[in-house]
Amino acid sequence: MALSAQRIPRWLNSIKLNSLITAAQLRSHYRRPGPTLLHRLSARPQVSSDNGFLQWGLKTVRTSSKWNSTSQCTKSSGQEIDSAQSTTLPSVSEQPQKTPNFDSELSLEDLDDVPPLSPLQPVSEQEAVRIIADPPLPPDSFTLRDYVDHSETLQKLVLLGVDLSKIEKHPEAANLLLRLDFEKDINQLLLFLKDLGIEDSQLGAFLTKNYAIFSEDLENLKTRVAYLQSKSFSKSDITQMVRKAPFLLSFSVERLDNRLGFFQKELELNVKKTRDLVVRLPRLLTGSLEPVKENMKVYRLELGFKRNEIQHMITQIPKMLTANKRKLTETFDFVHNVMSVPHHVIVRFPQVFNARLFKVKERHLFLAYLGRAQYDPAKANYISLDKLVSVPDEIFCEEIAKASVQDFEKFLKTL
Amino acid sequence: MGAAGVARLHGLFAAYKPPGLHWKHLRDTVELQLLKGLNARKPPAPQQRVRFLLGPVEGSEEKELTLTATSVPSLTNHPLVRGPAFTSLKIGMGHRLDVQASGVVVLGVGQGCSLLTDMYHAHLTKDYTVLGLLGKATDDFREDGRLVERTTYDHVTREKLDRILTVIQGSHQKALVTYSHLDLQTQEAYEMAVKGLIRPMNKSPMLVTGIRCLRFAPPEFLLEVQCMNETQKQLRSLVHEIGLALKTTAVCSHVRRTRDGCFTLDDALLRTQWNLNSIQDAIQAAAPRVAAELEKNLRLQLGTQQLQGPGWQGDNEGPSPALEGRTAGGAAVDKGQSCA
Repeated sequence: MALSAQRIPRWLNSIKLNSLITAAQLRSHYRRPGPTLLHRLSARPQVSSDNGFLQWGLKTVRTSSKWNSTSQCTKSSGQEIDSAQSTTLPSVSEQPQKTPNFDSELSLEDLDDVPPLSPLQPVSEQEAVRIIADPPLPPDSFTLRDYVDHSETLQKLVLLGVDLSKIEKHPEAANLLLRLDFEKDINQLLLFLKDLGIEDSQLGAFLTKNYAIFSEDLENLKTRVAYLQSKSFSKSDITQMVRKAPFLLSFSVERLDNRLGFFQKELELNVKKTRDLVVRLPRLLTGSLEPVKENMKVYRLELGFKRNEIQHMITQIPKMLTANKRKLTETFDFVHNVMSVPHHVIVRFPQVFNARLFKVKERHLFLAYLGRAQYDPAKANYISLDKLVSVPDEIFCEEIAKASVQDFEKFLKTL
Repeated sequence: MGAAGVARLHGLFAAYKPPGLHWKHLRDTVELQLLKGLNARKPPAPQQRVRFLLGPVEGSEEKELTLTATSVPSLTNHPLVRGPAFTSLKIGMGHRLDVQASGVVVLGVGQGCSLLTDMYHAHLTKDYTVLGLLGKATDDFREDGRLVERTTYDHVTREKLDRILTVIQGSHQKALVTYSHLDLQTQEAYEMAVKGLIRPMNKSPMLVTGIRCLRFAPPEFLLEVQCMNETQKQLRSLVHEIGLALKTTAVCSHVRRTRDGCFTLDDALLRTQWNLNSIQDAIQAAAPRVAAELEKNLRLQLGTQQLQGPGWQGDNEGPSPALEGRTAGGAAVDKGQSCA
C-alpha cells in the first residue's frame, strides 16, 4: 500500500491535517463522485478487493509508474495500480515546502480515525488558484504516447534515440520501462554499454532492438563479456558483435559456448577463421541454427560443392549460411544451367548467391541479346560474375554491356 | 510535407510487370516504396504545450508561488514516439496478369481506385503480343507444361496462318455484335460498327477485335492480338486452337501485354522507377488522357443505350451496370479532371 510522494496541495497545510491524512482518506475522497479537491490523484483501486485490474489484455499497458525522480515509493505487492503523477519537468524546479513521506506516517490503525475532508468546505481564493488540477493520466493505455510527457525516463530515452513506437508493441517491455527509474537502473546500463564501446548515436538503435536488456542483471552482462574476452575476442571485435547483434548479451554463457562450439564443428574451420566469421556476422550466434544446418546440406548434396569449396565461399560471404533455401536453389539453377557457369567459377564469385535473382536474369538476358554473355575466364571478352551482380545499373550498361541505359530499359520492356 | 506528397498521389499509372512476379507482390512492392518515400519526409517541428505551473512571481517580495502559463516542449508527437506517419495506402490493380505473363498493368492510388472501376466498365481493348511454338502440345498450353503430343509442322505456311487468323477475327466480330445487344439494322448502330466502337454489354467471354501475325519463322510465330474480357490462359488456349486449325499443334511460350486502354509500353514504369517521385510524375502525366478516355466512353455508353435492338428482351441486368457505370463514371470523371 505504497504511495508515491506527491505534491500536496497547499490547502492541506492550511487545514493542518497533514499528519492525520492517510492513504485511506485520500482514497475515500477520491471515490466520491463529482469534482474533489484532490482531483489530481487519479483512480486507485483498493488493494484488497480489486483483482479485476489484474486481468488486462495483451494490448494494454498498465501504468504503475514512479513519476517523480525524488519519489520514495516502495514497491507494493504489484497489485496496486498507481497512476498518480507529479510533474517532473525541469521548468518546475521548486517543490513545495512539504512533501510529507506518507510511508512513515501511515498506519492501518489510522484508517478510521480522522473524519474525511468535505469538498463543500470553503476555500480561500488564493488557495483555490494554487490548486493544480491536471487531467488524470489514463490508468491503462495501448500506447506510450499518453505517458511520455509525464515520465522523465521515457523522455530521456526518446532523446537518446530509442524508438518507443516499436517498444510499445510489446506490453511487458513497455510496462517495464514505465516502472524503471532513469537514474537508478538505466544509467548504469548505459555506462556499461558505453564502456563496451558503443557510441552515443548507436545506443538508441541498440536499445530499440534489445529492449529486454533493461531486465538483465548487470553482473550477468559483465560475465558474458568476460567470457567472450576469454575466447580471445578483442575489445573492438566485441563492440562490433554487440552492435550488429544486440541480442548477443542476452544469451547466457552456456548458450554462447554451445553456439560457438556448433559453428566450429559444423563449418570445420580453424579457430581464427571461425572467430572472424562470427565477428563479421554475429547474428549467426543469435539466430536459429536449423537454417545453417540445412544450408550446409544443400550446398553439399543438392548443389554439389566440395567441402573446401563451401568453406572458401563461406569465409568470403558469411551471409550464405542464413540465405533462403528456395532462393539459393533457384539462383544456382539459373546460373549453372542457363548461364552455363561451372562450379569452379561460381566458387570464385559467391556474391551471386547474395544478389537478387531477377537482377541476374535481366542482366544476363541483356548480355545474351547483345551477344556478350561470356563467363569463361579462358576465352576473350570475359565478364566476371561479381561485376555482373554488384555494380549499379549505369556502370553495368556503360562498361560491361557497352550500351546505353535507355537501351537496357527498352530491352527490359520486351521481356 | 506529408500531406502535400499524398495530395499528388491520387490517380492511375501504369507499371511494367516482369515475368515471374506475382501481381500481388507487385502491388505490395509499390505500396512499400510509396510508404518509404512518404515517411522519409522531414518530421514536423517539435510541438509545445501550455501548462499552468507553480512558479515564483517576479518582482514580488514574498516567496509566493502562483500559477503561470508556460510553454513546455511536448514529445507526444515526436516521430520516435508516434511511429511512422503513413502506415498504409489504398492501391488497387486494374486488369491482372498471371505469373508468367508480363506487360503493362494499370494501378490506381487513393481516389484513382474508383477510376479503375470506370475503366473496367468502359471495356477498353488491350493489345497483346503472343509468341507461339509449333510442333508441341502440353496440358496447360504453356511451353514448360507436361508434354502431351509432338507433331510435324512442315506443311504450315504464312498464308494458311493468315487465313485462319481472319476466320477467327470474323467469328469474334460476330460474337461481339451479339454480346453488345445492338440491332445492326439501324443506321446509327451500323455506323458505330463501322467505326469499331461496339462494346459488349455485360459479362462476355474473350472477344478478339483484331488479330494478325507479326512474324512467322517456323517453329516460332508472333501474333498481335487486340481483345477484351480475356485472361492470359484463354490467349494461350487460342494459340493451341490455331495449332489445331493448322492441322498441327502449338504451345504458347510468352504472353506480353503492350497496351491497356490508353496506357502503352512507354508509360509503363520499370522496377527501378517504382518510387514516390516517378509515380507522382506518371500520375500527373496520365491524368488528362485518362479523363478524356473515360469521358469518351461515357458518351459512347449513353449513345448505346438508345440503340438496343428489339430482339433484346430488356435483360434486367442490362441497364443497371451501365447506369452505375454512368453515375460513377460521371462523378469520377469530374474527380479525375479536378485532380488532373
